[in-house]
Amino acid sequence: MAVEIGGIGQSVKRKEDARFIRGKGKYVDDVKLPGMLYMDIARSPLAHARIRKIDTSKALAIPGVVAVITGKDLVPLNLHWMPTLMSDKQMVLPTDTVLYQAQEVAAVVATERYIAADGVDAIEVDYEPLPVVVDPIKALQPGATLVREDREQKDNHIWHWEVGDRAGTDRAFADADVVVKQDLYIPRIHVSSIETCGIVASFDKVEGKLTVWMTTQAPHAIRTVIALVAGHLGLAEHKIRVISPDIGGGFGGKVPVYPGYVLAIGASVLTGVPVKWIEDRAENIQADSFARDYHISAELASKKDGTMQALRVKTIADHGAFDAAANPSKYPAGLFHIITGSYPFEKSFVEVDGAYTNKPPGGIAYRCSFRVTEAAFTIERLVDVLALKLGRDPAELRMQNFIPPTAFPYTSSLGWEYDSGDYGRALRLAMDTIGYADLRKEQAEKRKRGELMGIGISSFTEIVGAGPSKNFDILGIKMFDSAEIRVHPTGKVMVRLGVKSQGQGHETTFGQIVAEELGIPVADIAVEEGDTDTAPYGLGTYASRSTPVAGGATAIAARKIREKAKLIAAHLLEANPDDIEWKDYKFQVKGVPSKSKTMQEVAFAAYTNHPQGMEAGLEAVDYYDPPNLTYPFGSYICVVDLDRGTGEVKIRRFVAVDDCGTIINPMIVEGQIHGGLTMGLAPALYEQINYDEQGNIQGGTFMDYLLPTAMETPNWETAKTTTPSPHHPIGAKGVGESATVGAPAAIANAVVDALAHLGVRHIDIPITPWKVQKILKENGVAE
Amino acid sequence: MIPASFEYAVARDVADAIQLLGSSGGEGKVLAGGQSLIPLMKFRLAQPGLLVDINRVKGLSDIRENGELRIGALVREADLDMNAIVRERYPILVDTTRVIADPLVRNMATIGGNLAHADPANDHPATMLALRASVVARGPKGERVIPIDEFFVDTFTTVLAPDEILTEIRIPKRPAGGGGAYLKLERKVGDFAIAGVAAMVVMDEKGRIAAASIGVTNAGPTAIRARKAEDILRGQSPDDKTIAAAAAAAAGESKPWSDLRGPAEYKLDVIRVLTQRAIRKAVARATGGK
Amino acid sequence: MAVATAPTTSRGQRTHKIHVTVNGVPHDVEVEARTLLVHFLRENLNMTGTHIGCDTTNCGACTVLLNGRAVKSCTVFAVQADQATVATVEGLEKDGKLHPIQEGFHQEHGLQCGFCTAGMMMTAVAFLATNPKPTELQIREAISGNLCRCTGYVNIVKSIDHAARVMRETAEGKA
Repeated sequence: MAVEIGGIGQSVKRKEDARFIRGKGKYVDDVKLPGMLYMDIARSPLAHARIRKIDTSKALAIPGVVAVITGKDLVPLNLHWMPTLMSDKQMVLPTDTVLYQAQEVAAVVATERYIAADGVDAIEVDYEPLPVVVDPIKALQPGATLVREDREQKDNHIWHWEVGDRAGTDRAFADADVVVKQDLYIPRIHVSSIETCGIVASFDKVEGKLTVWMTTQAPHAIRTVIALVAGHLGLAEHKIRVISPDIGGGFGGKVPVYPGYVLAIGASVLTGVPVKWIEDRAENIQADSFARDYHISAELASKKDGTMQALRVKTIADHGAFDAAANPSKYPAGLFHIITGSYPFEKSFVEVDGAYTNKPPGGIAYRCSFRVTEAAFTIERLVDVLALKLGRDPAELRMQNFIPPTAFPYTSSLGWEYDSGDYGRALRLAMDTIGYADLRKEQAEKRKRGELMGIGISSFTEIVGAGPSKNFDILGIKMFDSAEIRVHPTGKVMVRLGVKSQGQGHETTFGQIVAEELGIPVADIAVEEGDTDTAPYGLGTYASRSTPVAGGATAIAARKIREKAKLIAAHLLEANPDDIEWKDYKFQVKGVPSKSKTMQEVAFAAYTNHPQGMEAGLEAVDYYDPPNLTYPFGSYICVVDLDRGTGEVKIRRFVAVDDCGTIINPMIVEGQIHGGLTMGLAPALYEQINYDEQGNIQGGTFMDYLLPTAMETPNWETAKTTTPSPHHPIGAKGVGESATVGAPAAIANAVVDALAHLGVRHIDIPITPWKVQKILKENGVAE
Repeated sequence: MIPASFEYAVARDVADAIQLLGSSGGEGKVLAGGQSLIPLMKFRLAQPGLLVDINRVKGLSDIRENGELRIGALVREADLDMNAIVRERYPILVDTTRVIADPLVRNMATIGGNLAHADPANDHPATMLALRASVVARGPKGERVIPIDEFFVDTFTTVLAPDEILTEIRIPKRPAGGGGAYLKLERKVGDFAIAGVAAMVVMDEKGRIAAASIGVTNAGPTAIRARKAEDILRGQSPDDKTIAAAAAAAAGESKPWSDLRGPAEYKLDVIRVLTQRAIRKAVARATGGK
Repeated sequence: MAVATAPTTSRGQRTHKIHVTVNGVPHDVEVEARTLLVHFLRENLNMTGTHIGCDTTNCGACTVLLNGRAVKSCTVFAVQADQATVATVEGLEKDGKLHPIQEGFHQEHGLQCGFCTAGMMMTAVAFLATNPKPTELQIREAISGNLCRCTGYVNIVKSIDHAARVMRETAEGKA
């Protein structure tokens, strides 16, 4: 029965595949409207400069160029600045100064894509170079080059944020037997979804209606932002329709509003003609929001026996020229204070200072909940540093310290209430799966022969599903999410959601939730998202929040339907509603299985034969405000072999044990973990965006920004434990990002472990072959 | 990323191509595989006025062996890899072609383009130096055969005149007791080399290295020959000490620079390590091993 | 906003007439020399199944078959395809029946966002034509010019293996 329904726990094949495997997906760049113009953007070659003059005459002389927009053109419209999600503001186009390389300087609108590019090439800008500051630590020193002249505050300090018991933590450190300290730099990286960002904006001057097709993970929030930013131009929210069509990967990069979107909307509103803007990869990497860029100094205090006691963390966060991070408003450093991880620290204290630099703005997630990877990487690295200090096996030290399963719900010293967990079980399963004891023996033997292998563990705890409205909002909008379910007379179902899939398979998994709750086959359930004219309001898909929040809304909306359906069933069965039970996906008269009604029969009756006095129809809406966040966790073990000649790191095996609570679709969950692991591997060994002293980007295309291919990516091995969330309607926790959060520490720990006998305690990611080879050489063990 | 406009002409034959290039006032560029040129054009770093498409020219895509191995300049990397003669007798070429860019690029990219583009990070230059190859160029004044040692002038610059076309690569027949290997270190498939080393050896009947030649990728503005390393190997048996000395010499002759693919100092070590490994592999192949 | 006063005509750059057969259908189209094959397919022919991901010949989202070979169509000019055959994702399904590679990707969950999928499948189709019984490593090598950000490649490898198996069984059944 369950298999036919395709309910929770079934590996139902994805519904969305049908169009993608035929090349019939509809992404933003596939939208083509009559008379549509194309926009392209001229960008600054310098990281900090005064604009003396912008000469657009040559561009305007090119046949086919319709218009050129500069910052000065936006001033009368008051559109030259826009607010960021973090109560900062950001230039749409500069009027006098550029603050980072690749910043938008002018937009060219033309009849063809190629002509727009020619127009950009023909724009001449006279720049006066200004001093550049790229290092946030230098930026915070007195006398540093000022990035933001527009602010009243004349330094580069954005904000200070702290949480925890500073005095108590300091006392714990003063009294501790053992203290380890580690500085870590978690470099700037870029999500680089294979689809870049883009928009088609179409303004109907007669109706006053703006329709945009846009690469956005949060269409409803975007609609509100457009109304707030451009309301003074006559754009009212009921006349703004945001459509987020098929999205070619998001990973956080499609949460923010980029200047290009605003410019395309502005160009369409002014011309009354549809305008398309699709950025190229260089623009995508060089100007769109980055992730990470955290300079962390972390300390851990423990007893001699290894009992962890206190954690103290100081961080400088580089936000580039504008604080355009995508975080809940209350949390400028995101949920970084999940940094106590899987361990019951009695005292902890975290402080973060934000800094402006002459680099692109941002601070988005890179496939993780807000700043959770930074936290998980730090604590899991620090635990290994402690293990080395104490001469303890890292697995054993973790087992000794884990928050015990009996302690849940557990309130951390930084204030989070962990919902459920069994960390020891996950680590044991990972150790058994990979054969941990044998690997340690092999390592010891290899060390004697001078061969270098390492075993790295990461036992991470995530925090996702933002979030409860008492603490979580973005621009004041609470972070609930929504589902609307309509059961049609023939028993077919339409589900609409406030979230938006970018590849996660919502059309399948959310259908499965409804199938499970209503007993209607998943094949008969259509799931729609991403059109603000039809879908209920929601905050969108990022930070692994779809299942924890919209999944809750879906289950509860379905249950509302079932409650009403029960009354109809009782009416049809001529029984008292109290005598009706929901069993085997049917309404039955208790104890009389022969007297039953299917949901389809009830649905038909809801429109044809509903009880007198009851409203007709069978539909429900739920706006779900989660009572708490969810806390997925896992234990990963990575085995690496190092090449003593070249310093190359080869991942031999990688076992990932994940626990994301109730699993809706095991096939999709495993796929999410595979992808997450690969986006954990990427920053651990390959990806980084660097800037030289002049603020020139190093690694601004896929020629230099190294996404792993199938050859670098190991054959991931996965396993699972299941510890449902006690507060979630179906016990699910979310899984899209766990692996990205957990994997980097496992890989880094494995490499450090391979070199630990040489006294190595830490290597900053990405662990390039030259970093490893330098260590080998310094220790006289290089080939 | 959109290239700037250009004129386009399909060359019927080599003479036609030469004539078209000559008439372009130095603005002409040959379009072969296009896998380096077109990306440069999309960045608008290259804006040729005329592209002369030689892909339809007959007779530039053959691989023949009579006395020497002759490879048409238009031979695609994927075809070089699949060629029976190459697979049977020139495994160093298989080593080389298989690490160029990625399999899709290799379906278009040509061996002639890989050489004529003269990027020190390209792989064939080092291998051709090790193979003691020559390249054949044809221009308005006729054909000339250029020893590979004289071919590369600087980064992206060869001795080819603007109206000359590289038509063929000639590789001396693999001698008895000869063997070669190319090793490349790259951070990921499709990335440019951190470094690469091509080694050819000819072993005499006493197990000594009668002749050796070594080419190095990314060791300066052009691929280089490690002549000192060759001198060290010549006449010696391939023991660890000799190979180590030759490898150290190869590194000593190299002048890599620091970039996103590592500091110069690291690259020198990589060149040393790859040279050792390439020599060992070449010796093994020369003596019947793989 | 400064508005152009020049007439909005084309730039007077010489165009070229090309004859290209795409998925068996001949097309005679006039294009600028610089028109990239991927834009010709997407813009001139409205075949948007082929995608653009990187612009620098790295990601392979734009992979199509040109005379049977898998190439990155963002790094080929449309004029180079004159008189040639091009195969794209839109031509894989025949007479309402999915190609085994399409079935493979669906059955083995070889796609998530779907953006790299067309390129991956076209690469795989060309690869399996030359290597009907590949090892896992050979499959990984074959798709190493195609980037995927969602799947971690594990299920893509399985999808291609799935297709190879089905195609072998079909071939044996016919033999």
